[in-house]
Amino acid sequence: MNINEFKRGLKKGIPIALGYLSVSFTFGVKAANGGLPWWIAILISASNVTSAGQFAGTNLILAGGSYIEIAITTLIINARYMLMSFSLSQNLNQKISAWKRWIIGFGITDEIFAVASMEQKTIQGSFMIGLIATPFVGWTLGTTLGALASGIMPSFLSSAMELGLYAMFIAIIIPPAKKSKQVLAVIGMAVIFECVLYYCPVFAAISAGFQVIIATVIAALLGAILFPIGESE
Amino acid sequence: MRTFTCIAIMALITYLIRTLPIALFHKQVKSIILKSFLYYVPYAVLAALTFPAIFTATGNLVTSICGTIAALILAFWDQGLVIVALGAVLAAILSGFL
Repeated sequence: MNINEFKRGLKKGIPIALGYLSVSFTFGVKAANGGLPWWIAILISASNVTSAGQFAGTNLILAGGSYIEIAITTLIINARYMLMSFSLSQNLNQKISAWKRWIIGFGITDEIFAVASMEQKTIQGSFMIGLIATPFVGWTLGTTLGALASGIMPSFLSSAMELGLYAMFIAIIIPPAKKSKQVLAVIGMAVIFECVLYYCPVFAAISAGFQVIIATVIAALLGAILFPIGESE
Repeated sequence: MRTFTCIAIMALITYLIRTLPIALFHKQVKSIILKSFLYYVPYAVLAALTFPAIFTATGNLVTSICGTIAALILAFWDQGLVIVALGAVLAAILSGFL
């Protein structure tokens, strides 16, 4: 365990944890209003650590959905993590042991992946564990507060905080896009494909989760074919 | 009991999706195309997650667009995550009061 890297990870996780606090608060409120006991809401947050996936799953639990339905919904909404995990595997220190990888994998959320992919050097296992720990605390703490004290946070604040998480993604992709035309082109293509899938009625049958995957794969693949990266990168 | 089974199903599926790639790919991929693809994935996936979803993030188109513009400007000036997120949240809240 590299203590300095662990601490650096903890610090980098603080902004994510703050954003999670409000989003998971909303989850806690919804779960409690739906009739789930507070500790069940915490159990869902602590074992899943996903936003859209667990919101949808919880709705299905409350609506009496079947096991198969819950399994397929979870799979579809969360399938993008597979791409993120694969991409992250290339930047991780190759010496990280197998059991540590089974721990790190648990914490690959959109936001944690986003911050990890900003790292310039090889990612150490201790850094990842720190980077996962603070947001995990934020996520479960927010759920706890929301489930116990539902309805205290003004709704305009919680909805504005959700925008804050998207703003973080913008903060992550814009600076590299300024430096690299190729990155900018890939971002532009991804946005165009996603908008087409999102707004065209023809594609309405495709779930939101798969729309993101399709837009991502096509944009990144076109980027790889048009502008393959050199050995140095 | 049913609730526990449901939660276990959700947690297990999510966990396997996230962990299998990272656990199976210990080595760097050799293919330039695949390598380039994985290099571009973070940008592509974050862009596709953000746009156009950000425009409905607050439930109000005007405040969402104000927040998005604030985020784009601050990010263009190379501000960090916290400043960009706070700026966007603040812009969305303030524009909601106008």
